[in-house]
Amino acid sequence: MASKDQSPASRLRLSDVVRVGASGPRARKTRTALSALGISIGIAALVGVLGLSESSKSALLDEISALGTNLLTVEAGGGIGAGDGELPETALASAARIPTVTSASAVWNVDADVYQNEYIPEGETGAINVVAADVDLVHTLRGDVADGRFFDETTAPYPTAVVGSVAAERYGIRDLDTPTYVFIGDDYVEVVGILEEFPLAADLDRSVILSQQAASTFFDADDSPSTVFVRVLDGTIDETRDVLPGNTDPENPEEVTVSRPSDALEAQAAADDALTTLFLGLGAVALLVGGIGIANVMVIAVIERRGEIGLRRALGATQAHIRRQFVTEAIILSVLGGIGGVAIGVAATFVYASSQDWRVIIPQEAAFGGLVGAVAIGAIAGLYPAMRAAKLAPTEALRA
Amino acid sequence: MNATAATTAARAVQATKVYGSGDNAVHALAGVDVAFGRGEFTCIMGPSGSGKSTLMHCMAGLDSLTSGQVFVGDLEVSSLDEQGLTNLRRDRMGFIFQAFNLVPTLSAEENIVLPLRLAGRSRDDDWFGRVVDTVGLTERLDHRPSELSGGQQQRVAVARALASQPEMIFADEPTGNLDSSTGTEILTFMRHAVDVFDQTIVMVTHDPYAAAYAHRVVFLSDGMIVDEMRDPDGDRVLDRMKQFGK
Ligand SMILES: Nc1ncnc2c1ncn2[C@@H]1O[C@H](COP(=O)(O)OP(=O)(O)OP(=O)(O)O)[C@@H](O)[C@H]1O
Ligand SMILES: [Mg+2]
Repeated sequence: MASKDQSPASRLRLSDVVRVGASGPRARKTRTALSALGISIGIAALVGVLGLSESSKSALLDEISALGTNLLTVEAGGGIGAGDGELPETALASAARIPTVTSASAVWNVDADVYQNEYIPEGETGAINVVAADVDLVHTLRGDVADGRFFDETTAPYPTAVVGSVAAERYGIRDLDTPTYVFIGDDYVEVVGILEEFPLAADLDRSVILSQQAASTFFDADDSPSTVFVRVLDGTIDETRDVLPGNTDPENPEEVTVSRPSDALEAQAAADDALTTLFLGLGAVALLVGGIGIANVMVIAVIERRGEIGLRRALGATQAHIRRQFVTEAIILSVLGGIGGVAIGVAATFVYASSQDWRVIIPQEAAFGGLVGAVAIGAIAGLYPAMRAAKLAPTEALRA
Repeated sequence: MNATAATTAARAVQATKVYGSGDNAVHALAGVDVAFGRGEFTCIMGPSGSGKSTLMHCMAGLDSLTSGQVFVGDLEVSSLDEQGLTNLRRDRMGFIFQAFNLVPTLSAEENIVLPLRLAGRSRDDDWFGRVVDTVGLTERLDHRPSELSGGQQQRVAVARALASQPEMIFADEPTGNLDSSTGTEILTFMRHAVDVFDQTIVMVTHDPYAAAYAHRVVFLSDGMIVDEMRDPDGDRVLDRMKQFGK
């Protein structure tokens, strides 16, 4: 029989540590599942909330980029000057002449009320108004026609109407398969087009639009445009913005307000939803509770396994081995919970985002951070039970 | 009388172990002088509470003395720190306990090589095969302890103690939970290990007929060695034990 001197310092390979650490959770599957659940819920909440907010944000940004961020609106007002609060009649033509402007359109107010039909009591317009527009409006706004068509040079002289999306809904106009009319002023006007939404000019959604030419012939339309819309060359937003007031209203440039409607949408995309923050908070609380649950389960496991601990110590496991075993076990529990949580969070994001027709975006930081967080929580939760286990005297443990 | 008892594997000098203090102090060991011969099968007997387990634990580096000294070979165990004791157990000792002898989540084979794993040593396949064969476990290596009978579990423990070829094996009532024929089997293996593999074994038992497998029996009473017997047989040990009752 060989008698040995001090053999080399004991080495436990990582695979051994993991195998040993996994043996506990594997042997008690129900308990493992339940104790990992808290972490799962927490991580699922974090991943799901971040995934959904990213997906919705990206949907909004997609929409913004489709609509273009190179649209500017020009309106009168805002200044304290002595002006008349109107743009000059030439504002549209002046704006269109600016070299960096690729297309320009305008909207004029029309002094007439619009009703679904003649029987609606006077004044009950349902906040739908009448405006006039030039033939390029839909093109300039990158809008779409849902049914029918917008005005063109040949139809512009005739009194026909195009309804905005909200106005169409109010009037119950779904399509133009049968001749459809709205009652403007004292006459019925045929509806020739239904528009899709204008996210960059939502006011127009609540409008019934006449061609500028017809409006000035048959109705009492303003001569000055209320709003001028301009599309500018990419990269020339700022310079165009600077010259627009002087060009459109040379007499009272300080009374002209230029704005960029896509800014509002971008601000909305950037805004941290209060609800998102709330759910993130709840997720963090669930993680904390999950961590405490794991610590709890590990304390119980240490008490239950005193015999095993004592035996391992008797057979030559060091205190560090025991500590590592229980910390690893806690980390395994927590990571199992973390993986489950990421899966649930991803699935939830996928289902909801798909139902909203959003592109599904899983923020990698959320998924990755969730797992790293799970490892950290497991390590912290396992530390105290592991130290207790390591401190057990072998004889004490064997007596149990 | 066995002539090979010439060299000493381990010994205790005035070993004292006191639990508690003041009025509650329990002198589990009250000055024990004892030596265990190399290649010998020694049995420790005595009434319950006489200090058998305590002596074994202190000699094997599982526990420390209050005063006195323990030597394993030339190494003074009583001077070792926690890490030193762990290394001693890991590298030079083998253990068989009465209960909780196996790690329930490991297979028989994994249990047998656990001490080697803990020590980061690779197993000697020839030796492993021979040990497993000797205790008749070849067919059962993949089983978990819960799938083994009590006797088979104890055989796994014996195989584990032998597999790392330790300097000494300490066994605390290894047959205490077994029926007599299974116990006989285990004792036969242990004696075989001493006779054939030249293993040194120290065993605590209450069973006089188990003690008969040893070369020598030492009797402990109230924390002191009170007697010893060479080449014991069951009836003589039983007679000696009966005197403790009086
Ligand atoms: N951790 C402890 N704390 C206090 N007293 C202890 C402790 N361990 C053992 N003792 C006492 O020391 C004495 C010797 O105990 P030991 O376990 O060595 O006896 P034993 O001979 O092995 O008995 P048994 O045959 O019942 O196993 C007993 O009186 C016991 O109560
Ligand atoms: Mg005992």
